[in-house]
Amino acid sequence: MNRRLYCFLGAISLMFLAPLMVKSQDVLKGGEVHGSMQADASYYLTDSKTGITDSTLAGQLIRMNAFTEVNYTLGNFTAGMRFEAYLPPLIGYDAQYNGVGAPYWYVNYKNDYIDVTAGNFYEQFGYGMMLRTYQEWTLGFDNSLRGLRVKVMPVKGVTFKGVYGVQRYYWEPYKDYNRGIVKGFDADFYLNDIFTSLKDAKVKLTLGGSFVSNYQRGATKDIPSNGQILALKLPENVSNYGGRFNLNIGDFNWFTEYAHKINDPTALNNYIYKNGDGLFTNLSYSKPGLGISVMSKWIDNMSYKSDRSVTNNMLCINYLPSITKEHTYALASMYPYSTQPNGEVGISGTVTLHFFKDSPLGGKTGLSVAGNFSQVNGIKKAPSSDTTYIGQIGTPGYASSFYGVGSDVYYQDANLEVTKKFNKKWKGIFSYLYQTYNKDVVESHAPGTYGTIYAQIGIADVAWNITTKHTLRWEAQGLWTKQDKGNWAAGLVEFTISPAWFISVMDQYNYGNNDAGQRLNYYTLSAGYTNHSSRISFSYGRQREGIICVGGVCRYVPATNGLTLTLTSSF
Amino acid sequence: MKIIRLLLLLILISSYSYAQENIFTYKKLPTVKLKTVKGLPFTSDSIVNNGKPVIISFWATWCKPCVRELSTIADVYDDWVKETGVKLYAVSVDDSRSMTLVAPMVNGKGWDFTVLLDPNSDFKRAMNVGPIPHTFLLNGKGEVVFQHTSFAEGDELNLIEMVRKLNRGETIK
Repeated sequence: MNRRLYCFLGAISLMFLAPLMVKSQDVLKGGEVHGSMQADASYYLTDSKTGITDSTLAGQLIRMNAFTEVNYTLGNFTAGMRFEAYLPPLIGYDAQYNGVGAPYWYVNYKNDYIDVTAGNFYEQFGYGMMLRTYQEWTLGFDNSLRGLRVKVMPVKGVTFKGVYGVQRYYWEPYKDYNRGIVKGFDADFYLNDIFTSLKDAKVKLTLGGSFVSNYQRGATKDIPSNGQILALKLPENVSNYGGRFNLNIGDFNWFTEYAHKINDPTALNNYIYKNGDGLFTNLSYSKPGLGISVMSKWIDNMSYKSDRSVTNNMLCINYLPSITKEHTYALASMYPYSTQPNGEVGISGTVTLHFFKDSPLGGKTGLSVAGNFSQVNGIKKAPSSDTTYIGQIGTPGYASSFYGVGSDVYYQDANLEVTKKFNKKWKGIFSYLYQTYNKDVVESHAPGTYGTIYAQIGIADVAWNITTKHTLRWEAQGLWTKQDKGNWAAGLVEFTISPAWFISVMDQYNYGNNDAGQRLNYYTLSAGYTNHSSRISFSYGRQREGIICVGGVCRYVPATNGLTLTLTSSF
Repeated sequence: MKIIRLLLLLILISSYSYAQENIFTYKKLPTVKLKTVKGLPFTSDSIVNNGKPVIISFWATWCKPCVRELSTIADVYDDWVKETGVKLYAVSVDDSRSMTLVAPMVNGKGWDFTVLLDPNSDFKRAMNVGPIPHTFLLNGKGEVVFQHTSFAEGDELNLIEMVRKLNRGETIK
C-alpha cells in the first residue's frame, strides 16, 4: 500500500515538476511521438456445418486481439513500448496468449558509429538461417529478444553486431533458465565502401559471417521411449554459424548463405544427435522489361529454438522460409507450403516479362507475363548404423550427403500470370496454377493419412474504373482436384470509392466435396472506411483458413463464422 | 514496470508542454539501414529529392493491392516526374522468402521507381506502419505531410494533387 502511495505521490510531483524542468532546460524540445494500434474483435457464431460449437469456442463468443505501440524520439534517443491485450485471443491464436501486458519495450541510442538497444529488439543476420527475430501480428508470431544489442559501424562499409538476450514466450517471464540464453555476433563487409579503389568498380561484393549460440541448462533429460526411460546427455551450448556473400555485376546478382549447426537433440527432430546444414543460393538477372530469378535451398536438421522441448512455432532463433511462391488469391493459397526444417531440398525459378506499350506484343497499353516453377523434395536419408533405424531417438539419427535429393515430392507449383491493361478503364490479371501438395508431410500427419493432392487452379481478376474514383473489381476462381475436399469455385465483387470506402462480397463454394453434406458456401460480406492512416472495417460470414486480401489490405484469417471488426491506426 | 509508467507519464506531460509544435509530425525520417535492390547498403536519410516532394510507398511482392497501386502509378509516373519533379521510393518489406524476387519483379514490370529493401521491417517499424500498402508524402523539407493506408483506384490522383499543392507552396491539412 505504501509503495503505491509513494508511486502516486511521485507521479503527482513529476506532473508538476516535469513541465518546469522541461521549460527551464528545453531538453525535450524537438521530440516526436509516433505509434500505431490495431484491434481485431470478433463475435463468433456456432456453425454445425463446419463443426464450430460452443465448446470449440470455449463458451467465449466475443474475443479480441489488440495492441498499441508508442515510440518517442528525441535526437539520437528513441524509447518505445507496445501494450498487448488478448481477451481472450481470437480463434486460431494460441490460448497461451490470453492476457494483457507490455511484452515489448526498449531504449535505443544511435549515431553514425554506434547503435545500442536495451530491452526488446528485432534483428536479422544475413538471410536469417542463423538468427532472425521478428513480429507478425496477424499470425500471432513474436520471437523478439529481450536483452542488449550493440551495432558498431567503425568505418564505412563495416558493420559489427552483437546480441545477447532471451526470447519472448507468450507471457511467461524468463527466470531460472526456463529457456535458453541466446548470444550472437555478426560481421558484414561491403568491400566497395571499404576500399576506395573499388568505389566505382562494376563488381560489387558484400561478405558476411555470423556465430550464434544458445545456452539451455539441463545436461541430462529422461525421455520415455518404447516403454523405457532413455537418459539422454544433452549439449547445453548449441551453436549455429556460417557465412554469406552477395556478388553484383551489372544486371546480375548472386547471393548465397551457408549455415552449420552442431548436434541439437530436440523434440522436433526426435532427439537425434546430428549436425545440421543449410544452404540458400539465388542468382538473378534483370533489366527493364525482363527479370529472371533462380534459387535453391538445402535444409538438413536445421530447426533451432531456444527451448529444445517446444514444438510449436515459438522460440525460433533462425528463419527458414520457403522458396515457393507465396500466393494470396483465396483458392491459390488453399495449399500453401511451409519449410520442413528436418530436411528438404528445393529449387525455384521465376521469369517476369514486360512488353512495353507501343511494342508488338505490348499493344497500346503494355502487357506483363510472369511464370514460376518450384519443387521441394525430401532429402536422402540412410540409417546411421546397421543396428539403428532412420530417426531413432538418442542415436546420430541418419546419414545424409550434401544435396542428396530424396524421392518424396513435398510440393510442386507451376504457375503463370498475365497482367493486361485493355484500355484506360479496364484491366485484368489472369492466372493458371498447377500444384502438387504432400499433405501428410506438410501438415505433419502419419504417412498415408491423406496422401498427395494434385490441384489445378484458374483465376480471372478484372477491374473496371467506372469513374476516376469508382472501381468495380471481380474475381472468378476455380480449383479442380480429385483429392482432399474436391473442387471449389469462388467469386468476389468489390466496389471501391477513392479514397475512403470499400464494400465487397465473396463466396467460396466447395461444390465438389465427396461428402454432399460438406458442399458448403463460405460467404463473406465486408465493408470498410479509410481516413488517412486510420481504417475501420468489418466482415461478416464464414471464413476458410488462409491469407485474404480485401479492399486493399492483406491479412491472415483462421476458419471461423461470425462478425469481425478491425481497427488500425498509426500516427 | 513502474519506471516505465513514470517515463511514459513524463513523455506525455512534456508532450503537452510542447503542444504548440506538433510532436506527431515526422520532421525528418528516422535513420534506418536499408538495402538497394542490388543488395547494396542504403540509409533512409538518403531518401531526398533536391527540395522537391517525395512519396514513400511500403509494399511487398505478395501484396496484390500494393502491386496494383504501384502499377497504376507506374503508368503515369513519367508524366508526374516531368510535371512536378516528384520522386517515389517504393520500400519493399519482402523478407528473405521473397526479397530476391523484388528486383526481377520491378524490372520485369518495367517500374521506374527507386526500390529499396527492408527485409526485417526495420524501416516499417520505425515509421509505425501496420497493414500495407501504406503511403507517405514528404514535402521539400523532408517533413511527412500526409499518410494513407490501403489503396483504391483513384487514390493516386489525390496524391499527385497534393504534390501539386506542395509545389505551389500550399500546406496540406
